Amino acid sequence: MEQIPILKIGDCLLVSIQVDMHDRLAMALQDDLTAKIVASRARGVMIDISALEVVDSFIGRMLNNIAAMSRVLDAVTVVVGMQPAVAITLVELGLALTGVRTALNVDKGLALIRRLIDGEEDELDRRKG
Amino acid sequence: MPKRFETALPVLIDKHQKQLLEGWLSQQRSSGAWTAEDESDTKSQATRFLAELRKAATAGQLEDLQARQWAGTRELLEEVSRARAARGFTPSQTALFVFSLKEPLFALLRDESGDNAEKLAAEIWAATALLDRLGLYTTEFFQKAREEVIARQQAEMLELSTPVVQLWEGILAVPLIGTLDSARTQVVMENLLQEIVKTGAEIAIIDITGVPTVDTLVAQHLLKTVSAARLMGADCIISGIRPQIAQTIVHLGVDLSVTSKATMADAFELALRRVGKTVVDRANPIRTPAE
Repeated sequence: MEQIPILKIGDCLLVSIQVDMHDRLAMALQDDLTAKIVASRARGVMIDISALEVVDSFIGRMLNNIAAMSRVLDAVTVVVGMQPAVAITLVELGLALTGVRTALNVDKGLALIRRLIDGEEDELDRRKG
Repeated sequence: MPKRFETALPVLIDKHQKQLLEGWLSQQRSSGAWTAEDESDTKSQATRFLAELRKAATAGQLEDLQARQWAGTRELLEEVSRARAARGFTPSQTALFVFSLKEPLFALLRDESGDNAEKLAAEIWAATALLDRLGLYTTEFFQKAREEVIARQQAEMLELSTPVVQLWEGILAVPLIGTLDSARTQVVMENLLQEIVKTGAEIAIIDITGVPTVDTLVAQHLLKTVSAARLMGADCIISGIRPQIAQTIVHLGVDLSVTSKATMADAFELALRRVGKTVVDRANPIRTPAE
């Protein structure tokens, strides 16, 4: 069975979706990803969808679900590389993915995750101090 | 319609052309604004109209203006209509060109018919039906000419593309001018997203100073644009909200849920701060306008 690779970069996980998603693949990805977050104690998850030309409500929901699951495991999720046409389609579908952070590309995504994690730590420091 | 009415008009025009023309022109003269320029133009137009009318009416078929013998008359009316539209006449003033012929014409018909009431009634009916049709044709053409102008302006408006400008590295601005409908929103969205990809911008300022009204639909279109930009990883700031619009938004219960600023300057300053830049007053370097 085909599998979506999950790459580890520092304390981030990078998932690059380059094939058509279907139910089983999505379920498998959620399983793998949650297991990997726990195993590697990752703080951030980056999902690269720059290769997707078409995103339907199913994938939209899957992205939302992954973000929610990661949040439970204390990891921030950033979706990167969305195509303009995809963004317009999602908005027209009424799927604004409000629970998910976004960035233009992997570079900016990594920086955003860094900022978010550092921000949380700053917050903690301030409360202690 | 009996045949003799079709012949009565041309004979009448032939016989009393000068009198008819005088009566007609004085009718038009008494109808509001009138300049010397109008006088000469109208006189030549009226003379030609009478000639055309006589020619066409001789051939009969008063009912069908689309018939071939009316082509000359139609052409003349179109010319009159166009000229009057260009000079800023109202539709009524334009139609009056034809309708003001009625009174002198009917007076002539009355004189001609003498005591024959039946003939007079039939003549007047034929003439009034014809002149009404011609008048309506003039108005219709006037309308058509105006619609062409409107269609052309509309196309020009759409062609005036909504520009996306780069204010600074990582900061884009979209000055919106005119009402936002779904077609324009689509264009704005596509332009903005493409520019975001091209410049890698993280902040987009949408300026609505030039948007005359913001109702729920326009707000929805704005929010769509904001959402799409957010999906591409760019934050939006809405600027140029006039006091009146702020009130409308609240009264309508629209939840903009986007960072908004009153002026483009404020929005730009916020954007600069977000990308880690500040504006410094060089004469007074300690204080920054942000403080």
